[in-house]
Amino acid sequence: MGMAIDRDDTQFHVLAVDDSLIDRKLIERLLKTSSFQVTAVDSGSKALEFLGLNNNDADDDEEDEQRDSNTESVSSDEDQDHQDLGLGVNLIITDYCMPGMTGYDLLKKIKKSSSFKDIPVVIMSSENIPSRISRCLEDGAEEFLLKPVQLSDVNKLRPHLMKGRSKDIDSSHKTTSTRLITSGN
Amino acid sequence: MDLAALKTQLKNFVQSMFEEGVLDNQFSQIQALQDSTNPNFVEEVITLFCNDAERIINEINRNLGYQNVDFSNLDSYVHQLKGSSSSIGANRLKLACANLRQASDERNKEGCLQALQLITCEYCLLRRKFQALLHLERSIVELETNQK
Repeated sequence: MGMAIDRDDTQFHVLAVDDSLIDRKLIERLLKTSSFQVTAVDSGSKALEFLGLNNNDADDDEEDEQRDSNTESVSSDEDQDHQDLGLGVNLIITDYCMPGMTGYDLLKKIKKSSSFKDIPVVIMSSENIPSRISRCLEDGAEEFLLKPVQLSDVNKLRPHLMKGRSKDIDSSHKTTSTRLITSGN
Repeated sequence: MDLAALKTQLKNFVQSMFEEGVLDNQFSQIQALQDSTNPNFVEEVITLFCNDAERIINEINRNLGYQNVDFSNLDSYVHQLKGSSSSIGANRLKLACANLRQASDERNKEGCLQALQLITCEYCLLRRKFQALLHLERSIVELETNQK
């Protein structure tokens, strides 16, 4: 039986996505004040890049076929690889209105990904549009926060992160090899 | 002036900005995020905001200078400025943006120009006050450092 030690279990890692420089600075400070580790990017495509999702889908299928022939616990190994690529992201918080890829587009892409669909996604918006809010929640967002985001809103995120963390622990118990990965700090 | 007096002066100054509606509670939230690990947070945010606001106001000005105004482009800029204003707690500036948003929605160029004047006015007022605020902040930091 093996053990997977692949990230700092004491800190949650949040990926924040916002095209506004000020909002990025604010959300980063709010998250750090709440003891989260933060990576802030300015677009949906940069977020996908950080997670290792850009143009990877085609490659994944080929890797799958290779792997199937040699290893046992294939799916969890692959999931682990992607998780490592994403440097153990426990939650994604994204602005809704962004040029190019909106926060909603990003939500959809993440929920379509086999590796990342279980990462909780939270959407922020400066506009209180009920139809927008319900659409995001129906399509998988855990929470919808109205801007400007407050410290009390950030405190609401913790339960979602705890949920994500226990899933990590479950899947890591399934891997059969010993892995020592340093998550780039 | 001694440290305590300076601090009181800063507190009263910010309070007056609240009372005038120039700033709202969001600014208090930002002040609350400044501590010994991030002693320049307020200054950093204000600086970021002012640079951003000036860039956007210039862009809006430029846009409105064209014969045929690209209103959807304008919308995007107003949205950005309104968002930044809201995030820093610049209440009156945020409200002035709503005016421009309205005029832009109506494709009313003249209305947009008037709204822009108000925005520029509010921004200049805010910047002046922010400069005074930062001056006080810096004096306080200097005194505190000297006392150590």
